[in-house]
Amino acid sequence: MSKFKKKRGKGTPGITTASLPDIIFMLLFFFMVVTSMRDTTNLVKLSLPSASEVKKIENKELVSYINIGVPVNPELHGTAPRIQLNDAISGKEGIPLFVEQERVKKGEAKRDKMIMSLKADEEVTMGIITDVKQELRKVNQLRINYQAGQRTGELK
Amino acid sequence: MPSKKRDAPEINASSMADIAFLLLVFFLVTTTIKKDTGLQVLLPPWSEDEPDPTKLKARNVFEVFVNADNQLLVRDEQLRASKLRERAKEFIFNPTGREDLSESPNKAIISLKNDRSTNYETYLTVYNELQAAYNELWDEQAQRDYKKPYAELNKAQQKDVRAKIPFVISEQEPDNVDG
Repeated sequence: MSKFKKKRGKGTPGITTASLPDIIFMLLFFFMVVTSMRDTTNLVKLSLPSASEVKKIENKELVSYINIGVPVNPELHGTAPRIQLNDAISGKEGIPLFVEQERVKKGEAKRDKMIMSLKADEEVTMGIITDVKQELRKVNQLRINYQAGQRTGELK
Repeated sequence: MPSKKRDAPEINASSMADIAFLLLVFFLVTTTIKKDTGLQVLLPPWSEDEPDPTKLKARNVFEVFVNADNQLLVRDEQLRASKLRERAKEFIFNPTGREDLSESPNKAIISLKNDRSTNYETYLTVYNELQAAYNELWDEQAQRDYKKPYAELNKAQQKDVRAKIPFVISEQEPDNVDG
């Protein structure tokens, strides 16, 4: 007993770190809420091209994605470039329905401002891209974005 | 009994902070705040009938064709992609008033055509160069009119600059060499 009492009485008390876990947890939750996890996995290989005149998309809520590239799993989907809509490999016939679903998801106000972002592998040919573009034009989804990274070097 | 008088030992919470830190670092590392960047394009509305190019004067049309081997043909002349920007700017603005280049910037039309076998990267490079040519011209126009770079103008001023040098691009239905 006396031993303990002596210790408490003497010396400056240490800084209490009891609230530290709470602070850190708060930070943790903040990051968990703010950062969004990717909700779809890429079923096609994507190596995006780069360009010098790229612009940032200010409002990410307006964006929907179409992936175009060679399937990751060739046994299942073949080796030719394919279109990925949401979580499935699809043909170009699936695009009108996909656009309609995305429009419903965006809601009334943002529907007209929706941007369809084409994430296409740099190795694919224009045939499939043109098909996608034509389908989008047919359903009047005219705002598109060719997703590309920022090119830093000079053009060869 | 001495055991009754002793306080119950506190749970050691000093490692909680470490555990939380570890989680925090894990989330910081795994989540990427992805920036979506790209070339933003407005497609023309769908129409069944093909536009008639014969209505346009030949001198106002800047024809760019990318073939299946990713080679560039600009106004019937083979060109490297790195030269396209300069050539397009010269065509649009026509500073020396040449007869074969566009009458005025707002009459200039870019006609872009590609093959179905053209590489996407090449197509995007070409599109990027055309966009770059216009971006540079807008910047120059903004400097002349407002003594400021284009990016610093307000929305109405930018619109005004773009109206003077409109970016009109017409994309033709692609050829199909491979069948």
